[in-house]
Amino acid sequence: MQTFRTRRARLVTSTILTLTLASTVAACGGDADGETSDGKTTITVATFNEFGYEDLIEEYNAMQDEVVLEQVKVGTWDDAKANLYTKLAAGSGLSDIEAIEGDAIAAVLAESDAFADLTDPELEGRWLDFVAEKGTNSEGQMIGYGTDVGPQGVCYRADLFEKAGLPTERDEVAAMMGTWEDYFATGEKLTEALPDTAWYDSSGALAQAMLNQVENPFEADDDTIQTDNPELQAVWEAVTGNSDTLSSQLAQWGDDWTASFQNDGFATTFCPGWMLGIIEGNAEGVEGWDIADVFPGGGGNWGGSYLTVPSQGDNIEKAQEIAAWLSAPEQQAKAFAAKGPFPSQVEALAAPEIVDAVNPYFNDAEIGQIYANRAAAITMQPYKGPKYSDILTAFMDAVLRVDEGSQQPDESWEQFQSDVDALG
Amino acid sequence: MWDTRWAPYLYISPFFIVFAIVGLFPLAYTAYVSLHEWSLLGGKGEFIGLQNYRDVWDNPYFTKQVVNTVSIFVLSSGPQIVISVVLAALLDNQLRGRTFWRMSILLPFVVSPVAVAIIFGSVFGDRYGLLNELLGTVGIGPIAWHTDRFASHVAIATMVNWRWTGFNALIFLAAMQAVPRDLYESAELDGAGRIRQFLSITLPMIRPTMIFVIITSTIGGLQIFAEPRLFDETTTRNGGSDRQFGTITMLIYNFGWQLRDLGRASATAWMLFLLILVMALVNLILMRRIGSLGGDR
Repeated sequence: MQTFRTRRARLVTSTILTLTLASTVAACGGDADGETSDGKTTITVATFNEFGYEDLIEEYNAMQDEVVLEQVKVGTWDDAKANLYTKLAAGSGLSDIEAIEGDAIAAVLAESDAFADLTDPELEGRWLDFVAEKGTNSEGQMIGYGTDVGPQGVCYRADLFEKAGLPTERDEVAAMMGTWEDYFATGEKLTEALPDTAWYDSSGALAQAMLNQVENPFEADDDTIQTDNPELQAVWEAVTGNSDTLSSQLAQWGDDWTASFQNDGFATTFCPGWMLGIIEGNAEGVEGWDIADVFPGGGGNWGGSYLTVPSQGDNIEKAQEIAAWLSAPEQQAKAFAAKGPFPSQVEALAAPEIVDAVNPYFNDAEIGQIYANRAAAITMQPYKGPKYSDILTAFMDAVLRVDEGSQQPDESWEQFQSDVDALG
Repeated sequence: MWDTRWAPYLYISPFFIVFAIVGLFPLAYTAYVSLHEWSLLGGKGEFIGLQNYRDVWDNPYFTKQVVNTVSIFVLSSGPQIVISVVLAALLDNQLRGRTFWRMSILLPFVVSPVAVAIIFGSVFGDRYGLLNELLGTVGIGPIAWHTDRFASHVAIATMVNWRWTGFNALIFLAAMQAVPRDLYESAELDGAGRIRQFLSITLPMIRPTMIFVIITSTIGGLQIFAEPRLFDETTTRNGGSDRQFGTITMLIYNFGWQLRDLGRASATAWMLFLLILVMALVNLILMRRIGSLGGDR
């Protein structure tokens, strides 16, 4: 039989239960400010692709015992970007240092309040002028510390070139690719001899290469969107026109694209320094990669990133100090030796790690010399406004629709225009 | 006494308190956001009434992604329920090592959808995928799993089915075990075979469970997100270059986090909510119909 006491007890229990549940829910919002058990502060640096920071982070942790530096790595910039905007909106959750891709730095500058001002007179003159300029907002505050730039060479499979009866020496290969016409014509020779191999890895990579040689690819200097300009149309025609014959027609960064490195899927690819580590990883065990000191149509810069410090972090000062350390010439020279991202710091370009750098995987190519030449060949920087990164992804989808055969070029171009309109 | 009157409400209150915080409030707040211009980073703008709803409705991707969602839902829930009922009926027999069989069909369910997507991603690769290679050996040309609209829906539905069929089978099994055994005995005396018994006794008896499973899989199916997003090879991950397999939840994500327009994202979320309500109601009515056709309750 129930007594008053048991009923009373049940009432108390259920009250406690209710309160516990409610407080658990409330507790979900909180977050420790990143202290390890032994009282050190943890500073995180979020990167994508291959920054070559693994050894540097170990080095940093070994030389001081105040903080623990940790890296948060994601696969591609697009994944990093989604994470960035979600957490900017939430107002919390970002790493102490966030790496930003060069194409998107203008969009980040537009959100200046969300990022700490990293201006430091001591660092003046550290970077190449255009790199420092891109990382500085209209009020003259430096928001991002440049890590690397992406002067591009052409990476090629010497073994496949040999099979197709083409010359394989770096200089000879370079001589066949001085202009886009030459590059495409050489490609036709190779694909004729090797019908199962494409000339370049993806139409997306070709689009990137060509867009980075256009002065105002998507936006005018005053940031108005103009995606119907003739230069862009010319890029579109070259990319879609060669899709059937020379392209692998794969989505760059997709599973099939990654697999194609192991299947002789293509013979050349455009490679900024940061791409070397990616090729070596995807093509593990494949022998024959080499790099030619040439880029069709002159020079071209693809990518190159920045380190920023979100102002939502708890340890802004320390984060700025570490970002400055990581992006210093000495450190970036080591990162270059590890994974290949070419430094954007003036002093680093003369460092022995760069000048004498040789990459054994790419047939002992003197990559230091090659990339220095490639950087010197860059004569202009395309204007990339705040919407560049968003428009670029829409452009890549449009290219892919033609590759896949789901749409004719005209139809896909129309849809690209309406996608851009939707960006508002 | 006061506590006999109020205690029951207090006992069930935890659910309702939590529901109000994590269910009702977001629902209402989403409706509020959907009536404003609202940017992801900039926050609240002007009140614009139903303009966001109109924008979403006129967006060509909206119709396309609603159709995709329903198509993937039908391709997954339909076969899934049929197969899991049959599986459950088979497991309802006196098998050797019953527990082993029953537990092993649940195995796919404990695998995270992300892992499932990665595995199935390499199975359904367009060019170097396992499945296309197998199909190639029997002379069927490569299928463009990521490009062809219907093929991509089949691939995604396969992922969903692989994960959920076993789970639903166990729920059906539990319902079948609750069917009084003497019904089967009398049916056997009347000369009914196993199939007749299944159709005339088992199916009508598990109808409430059937309704439960159909409603939950409707809700889950129309909210599908992780599988198609991870299946996607494009960098935007909107469901293929031409949104061949983009779903409504992916459109919400696209509006909210890629175009950074929470107003339109919220409007889309509410439209999805209404769609789920309608579909659930339709299911319920259909099930009632089918049930009453049998006559004997």
